[in-house]
This record gives sequence, C-alpha cells and structure tokens, in this order.
Amino acid sequence: MKTISRKQRIVLNTLAALISILHIIPLYILITTAFKAPGDFSSMWALPEQISFENFVTAWERADLGLALFNSATITFFAAVLLIVCGSLAAYPLARRQTKLNKFVYIFFIAIMIVPPLTVLVPLYQMVVDWGLMNTRSVAVFNNVAAFLSMTIFLYAGFIRATIPKELEEAAKIDGAGTLTIFFKIVFPLLKPITATVLIISCVYIWNDFQFAIFFLQDSSVQTLTVALNSFFGENTSNLSLVAAASLIALLPMTILFLVLQRFFIEGLSQGSIK
Amino acid sequence: MNKVESLDKNLAAAKTKKPKVKNKKESSLWIMYLPALAFIFIFIVFPFISGLRISFTDWDGFSQTMNFVGLDQYTRMFSDPTTWLVAGNTLLYGVGSTFFQMTIGLLYAMLLVQSIKMKAITRTIVYLPVIISPLIMGYIWYFMFAYQGGAINDLVMALGFERMNLLNNPSLNPWIIVFINTYQFVGISMIIFLAGLQSISKEYYEAARMDGASKLAQFKNITIPLLMPSITINVVLNIIGGLKLFDVIIALTGGGPGNASQSMSTFMYTLYFDRQDAGYAATQGVLMVALILVITVTAVIYLRRKEVEA
Repeated sequence: MKTISRKQRIVLNTLAALISILHIIPLYILITTAFKAPGDFSSMWALPEQISFENFVTAWERADLGLALFNSATITFFAAVLLIVCGSLAAYPLARRQTKLNKFVYIFFIAIMIVPPLTVLVPLYQMVVDWGLMNTRSVAVFNNVAAFLSMTIFLYAGFIRATIPKELEEAAKIDGAGTLTIFFKIVFPLLKPITATVLIISCVYIWNDFQFAIFFLQDSSVQTLTVALNSFFGENTSNLSLVAAASLIALLPMTILFLVLQRFFIEGLSQGSIK
Repeated sequence: MNKVESLDKNLAAAKTKKPKVKNKKESSLWIMYLPALAFIFIFIVFPFISGLRISFTDWDGFSQTMNFVGLDQYTRMFSDPTTWLVAGNTLLYGVGSTFFQMTIGLLYAMLLVQSIKMKAITRTIVYLPVIISPLIMGYIWYFMFAYQGGAINDLVMALGFERMNLLNNPSLNPWIIVFINTYQFVGISMIIFLAGLQSISKEYYEAARMDGASKLAQFKNITIPLLMPSITINVVLNIIGGLKLFDVIIALTGGGPGNASQSMSTFMYTLYFDRQDAGYAATQGVLMVALILVITVTAVIYLRRKEVEA
C-alpha cells in the first residue's frame, strides 16, 4: 500500500484512540470502583475522592485470597510443566513420522478439542469421587492437562514441522544417541520459542479455569481464585467495591505476565494461524 | 553363477533387513505419545463413553443404583421446550459471537496494520481482555449493567431518562452475553487477521491499482481470498469457544431470568447440581457434542473448499 498522507494519518490515529477508549471503559470502571472508600457512593464514572486500599484489605481477608492465590499458582505451575513435557514429547513423533498410525493419532488429538469439558462432567465427577481425588489440587492439575493437551500438541507439531531440520537428528543418530536422548538434549532446547508461547497461553487458561474448579474444588482449603471469587460475589452483590477489589487482585498476576511477555502471545497465535 | 546368486540373495536380504531395523526403531517412537494419550483417555474419552451409558438411565447423580430407561431421556429431551430454547441460545452464542468477533476483528486489523502511532497501544488494549478470566469479565459487565448504581444506568439517568432493568430482560440477555463474549475475544480475531494481512504481498495491490481496480474490488478480490486460512482458523476457534460458553453466563445472569440466557453448558450444570437429574444432564451432553461436531465439521469443510478455490 502507498504511504498514507498526513491528513489520513490524523483520521486513523483518532479512530484508533476512540477504539482504545471504548475498550478500556469497563476496566476503568473496575479500577475506580475498587479504589473507592467504603462510604464513597459517587457514580462509578467518577474517580475516587481519595484513593483507598481498604477494599483490598477487606476482600483479601474475607475471601481468603492469599490461600486462593497459592492454590491457583500451584495448580497452574504443575499443570503447565506436565503439559509442556507430555505435549512436546507427543508432538515430536507425530510431526516427524508420517505413518498411517501417527496421522490417525494426530487427527484424534485435534478432534478431542471439540469435546466440551462439561459433557464429560457427570461421569468424571463420579470417577473423581471413587478415586478419592475430590477436593485435591491434583484433580485440577490432571483435568487442565487433559483439556489443554490437544492445543499444546497442535502448537508444538506445527513448530517442529516448520523449523527443526531432520538432518539434525540423523547426525545424532549416527553418533548412536537414543531417541529420548536426542529429543531432550537436541530437539527440546530448539523448541524454546514455542515452549514460551505454550507456557504463557496455558498459564492464562489454567489460571482462569472455572468449569472444572467449581465442581472439584468446593472445599475452602483447596479453592482457586475463580471459585473463591464466585462465592465472594454471591455474598457481596450489594457491595460491588469489594468484588471489584477482589477481581483486580485475581487478574493482576496474569495481566503483568501478559504485559511483560506480550510478544510470545501474539507470535504463538499468529504462527498457529498462518499454517 | 552360484556366487552371483548368493550375492543377489545377500543384497536382497540386506534390502529387506535394513528397512526392518529402521521400522523397529521408528515404531518404538509411539512410546512418546503414550503419556498424552493416557491423559486424554482417562479424563476425556472414558468419561465420555460412560456419559453415553448414563444418558440411557435415570441416575440422580449420587445413588449407588441407576435404572436403565432406554430412550426415555432422549424422548424427554426432544419434547422438552427448554431444550430448544437452550440449544437456540447456544447457537446464538456460537454463531452470533463468531460473526461479530470476525467482522469487528477484521476492521480493527485493517486499521492497525497501517503504520500509525496509536497502533501498538490500541492492539494491546483490544487484546488485554483475552487474558482476563471470563468469570471476572462477567462481574465487570455486571458493574456496567447493574440496575442499582450500574455505570450505564448512571449515564442514562444523567441524561434524564428512567433507569433500565437491563439484566432482567429475557429477550435482551442472550444478546448481552454475545456482546460481552465479543468484547472479550475480539482481540484473538484481530491478531489472527493482522498476521494474515501482513503475509499478503503488497505487489498484488499495486498491480490491481495499475489496472484501475477500486478499493472495494481490491478488498473483495485480493484481501478476502488471501485471508481464507485466517478466516478458517478464526471461525473454528470462535465457534467452538462460543458454543461452550459457561463462565460469563454464571457470573452475569446465572442463566436467567428463568432459562432465558441459559447455554447448554450452564443448563447441564443446573440439571446435575441443582435438580439431581444426572441422567438427563448426560443426555443433554450428548446433544451438545453432536451439535458442536456437526457445526464445526460443516464449517471446516465449507471453508476448506473456499480456500482451495481461492
């Protein structure tokens, strides 16, 4: 396209600014509401008369957000590690060896993405109770791994096909290295960019998980942030400032992660979509 | 003669032997996807199969016994008016949000692919809601739509109108859910379209301009056909996401008023946990998988054909 004129530039910049303002309004409302002192009943549009952290302190204590943060972080960490190990291991033969079996298995993994988590809920619930996994952090880890594994394999397989040269493994094979050694010593380090993408996307996904958590983590000792927020919201519909403060605490870790590592989000999504 | 023959034999043996060794080594690679398969089978495939079994029973979700009732739950499902209301909502959430997300996402991408100053910050702001939990997104919009002290009603009253009961309106609520889902995930569509637009060579547009093609003709004959792969991935991601919608509904309307904004996911949740109707919940689950499967496969086949034509 030819370079745009100054006049066009002004119009386009104004348009972009308008879009930004429209999109930021809900977040602005969330922030002003959260920082208002308990007696401040001014409109949500108005900035707080004075910035108060009282809502944050109250919400933190009453919703036990410290514990919920710890639970969410533990579940997210272990699920992400399992996802990366199982996902990259599985993607490697599927991307490299185009046998009939492998093609079938790959399509199977992708097709699983269609199954909505809630349709397996009824029998899964029974199974979890039978196995004594109810109200354990492990069950949340396993469920999230199973739910996000297809996407992980899809991202890894695409990356391996496009960027890892076959000659590399052949050279290693001549040296007599076994398949697993080749994978962990030679291939896996080369997967760093896509591992970063998988890590970030899956962290957000697992951190925000509510569908599984609400069923399997009902005990307050294992509640994640979403479950804690859900019951806190139920108790405080008349005190929206408290809910706003609790929500803000819950979304802060992932927002910081996103703003710092934005590049990997965008690249991962773009890579997956061009192929 | 004998010598040559044996040499031939050796050669033939070597030929058949070599691939065999290689095959053995390669086939052992399936061990690498065993852990992944184990996860999927234990937590998705087996429960799914026993869900099929439960859909033919009257199980209440906690008793040790369940009675096999044949197709009773299925005839009940098809004659239940709520099924069609909820399936209709689910379709609206899937197809409706996909339509808005893609239209708006493409417009945003076409604006933000230009080299303007506001480009980076606007992209970040539009994308930011994607990482926020849909549950919290529901609360945030509750602040906007609430009857008492909600941000929208504040504006409405400042302008001198009566405040509106926005969240208690059966015909409006499903559209509010579509709107919020679109607001939250339009960023994904935008990013995918941006990547697609950037991969289109500028030469096409230059050639078209020299031929005197209008902007609209360029859009129709260059941009859209070359964006087909981005369109496919967008449709699939958005439709699957929309059809599974759960968190934001629980947070904002709880499926109400009545069942007016219920999706198949929230309906199953209600049936299982509030009404102890596990058998029926499983039957609704079967219908949901069938619905998602049919819609996604149809969309993919249609779009792939378009991609080939392009």
